[in-house]
Amino acid sequence: MAVQLDARPPVAPAPGTTRPSRGARLSRFDTRYSPYLYIAPFFLLFGVFGIYPLAYTFWVSLHDWDLLGAEHPFVGFDNYSQLLADPDFWHSVVNTLGIFVIATIPQLLLALWLANLLNRQLRARTTWRMAVLIPNVTSTAAVAIVFAVLFGRDFGMINWLLDHVGVDAVDWKANRLASWVAISTMVDWRWTGYNALIFLAAMQAIPRDLYESAAIDGAGRARQFWSITVPLLKPTIIFAVIISTIGGLQLFTEPRLFNSGTNAIRGGPLRESQTVTMYMFENAFAPHYNFGYGSAIAWLLFALIAVVAAVNVLLLRRLGGGARKEEPR
Amino acid sequence: MVTFTRRRLAAVALVATAALLGATACGGGDDEAAAGGPVTLTVDVFGQFGYEELYKEYMASHPDVKIVERGTGSNLDEYSPKLTQWLAAGKGAGDIVAIEEGLLVEYKANPQNFVNLLDHGAADLKGNFLDWKWNQGLTADGKQLIGLGTDVGGMAMCYRKDLFAKAGLPTDREAVSKLWPTWADYIRVGEQFKAKNTGASFLDAATNTFNTILLQTAGNTSGYSYYDTSDKLVVDSNPAVRQAYDTTMDIIDSGLSGRYGSWSEEWVSAFKQSKFATIACPAWMTGVIEGNAGAGAKGRWDIAQVPGNGGNWGGSFLAVPKQGKHQAEAIELAKFLTSAKGQIGAFKAKGPLPSSPQALADPAIVDSTNAYFSAAPVGKIFAEGAKGLKPVYMGPKNQAVRTEVENAVRTVELGKRSPEQGWTDAVENAKKAAAK
Repeated sequence: MAVQLDARPPVAPAPGTTRPSRGARLSRFDTRYSPYLYIAPFFLLFGVFGIYPLAYTFWVSLHDWDLLGAEHPFVGFDNYSQLLADPDFWHSVVNTLGIFVIATIPQLLLALWLANLLNRQLRARTTWRMAVLIPNVTSTAAVAIVFAVLFGRDFGMINWLLDHVGVDAVDWKANRLASWVAISTMVDWRWTGYNALIFLAAMQAIPRDLYESAAIDGAGRARQFWSITVPLLKPTIIFAVIISTIGGLQLFTEPRLFNSGTNAIRGGPLRESQTVTMYMFENAFAPHYNFGYGSAIAWLLFALIAVVAAVNVLLLRRLGGGARKEEPR
Repeated sequence: MVTFTRRRLAAVALVATAALLGATACGGGDDEAAAGGPVTLTVDVFGQFGYEELYKEYMASHPDVKIVERGTGSNLDEYSPKLTQWLAAGKGAGDIVAIEEGLLVEYKANPQNFVNLLDHGAADLKGNFLDWKWNQGLTADGKQLIGLGTDVGGMAMCYRKDLFAKAGLPTDREAVSKLWPTWADYIRVGEQFKAKNTGASFLDAATNTFNTILLQTAGNTSGYSYYDTSDKLVVDSNPAVRQAYDTTMDIIDSGLSGRYGSWSEEWVSAFKQSKFATIACPAWMTGVIEGNAGAGAKGRWDIAQVPGNGGNWGGSFLAVPKQGKHQAEAIELAKFLTSAKGQIGAFKAKGPLPSSPQALADPAIVDSTNAYFSAAPVGKIFAEGAKGLKPVYMGPKNQAVRTEVENAVRTVELGKRSPEQGWTDAVENAKKAAAK
């Protein structure tokens, strides 16, 4: 009670007129601006960790920036013009696109097929659905190291198996196409299940009655799949393709760990499996430490991803165009 | 009302405490020394430096110092970019960092990242190092000492006794040394070995052998390899490079190489599976062989003289980055680790050959044997030649250029290029890399 006695006397009540108006102003402020406040944390974080590095990378790419050097002279777009004429860069672009195509197309088809299977009445359905995600939760590095051993030239299991069926051993690391296939296998191992689950979720949103009426009209399973499931999954497929494009064109861990030993960052003596990100790393860090050039590569990679993603979306639009006109979303 | 006030007070206090804690947590790392508590020194290394026992000894005599080593066993290719990033960021590097000879040139180009050890009484230590090793640690103007030498890479040839016996070759190290006074003899022995079909190759990878021959040839002739002493790229005009390349091509032509990419996982497996019989062996390689081949191969390896004459491959330095918070303590520790005593301790643990003439003359080194390598007198084999080692000058982009040339060798080894194409690639790509 003593505390209460010592407490400050109540503040004189505010004049009656300001109170409601302040409240009204507040509530107007609330309705108008609080949505922005709610989404602000994302954009703040995105600004700090997304936009700022992006802009800084661009700034660095305009300089002759030795990582350890004290001076970083401004060179304008020299790094870019040099890069566009750099055969090793284009070589790495071809590698990346090659691996992307070899990895993504079978992966998405397989995921679609898996999702279709998982969408049926199965015993222990949840177990199966969980099981396809297991490769995705294993560490990329672990997967890459295990696969690198499987695909070993002299001591690898794949070559051992090939030997049993009478096929000559393949030098998976020194043959360009073979190294693409090996790396694609790793990517597919990891991401097929993940995409299958995304497709599965979308499939479950397709109304059952569509299938029923199709069945009444005499459509078999295959026809139902291609005429109902696939067209209705189109937005999801586009999503999966864009995500795969971003991931595929930024591929680093798998090819980097597939190549071990001296200069693994080159992806083989003739750069057989060097992706753009690896080339970026090679230039920005060891052995060249040319940060400006590396940053220019990063920006061109960004442009490349945007272009490839746009092309993918256009192709996909065209692909399912005849099936059914969709409501714009 | 009472409870309300109290609760609010408690909340304010809680927030204040949290903020304070946060602030101290951030500052914790920096204020350690000021608080007078024990100092933790981080030492960044790659491969095997063999310092564990020395740390224990040092910590026992310096109770206020705690030492943590990072990167033990890591590949130089992984270590050096990390170190460069730490230096560039001004944060993250250890209090002491190990720098390999071939990369030292690049770090020397930006000496502002390192403490000048000459300012901290290092000048008195000059006599503790081989002259050229000391000079390598100095910047071009000789005014700053970046690193104190740890080891040098005196050369030998390690071989598998059991595989030699299987191929009907002598196994005694004296007799084996007599088999190959020159690299041509080495190839001849290799052809004999190959004819016996032991299931193993004669050597691990042409790239390692190429580098050995190059450093040896360069050391014995011009004293430089890819760059001349005025830092001009001479990859295509230095006869030592071409000579080493041609000798390596002969080795490849004779089909002696197991073509295991050096330092790759297959290379490591090949050690374990006894897939090759010889490997060019700088002193520090003995520790690598032991680590890769494992305890099972103990006593199967031995060490003979290297074909040709001498040569130095590798060897490292300890430097103190300027970003360190405990420079004085770090300098003391670096001096201890690179002292004759420290170098002897490291040699006994993992085999890096001392760069200190006192250590090289010490009976602890001269009379030492290596149990793993069939009790080979490693002290005699390596230390005897060490004082006569001829260093090879390395230019600014040595590492990048070396990578290109060794890659060209590798493409020929893998049958992707003819020797002539390989040479053209080597020269062209080396020029490109040097210009980057």
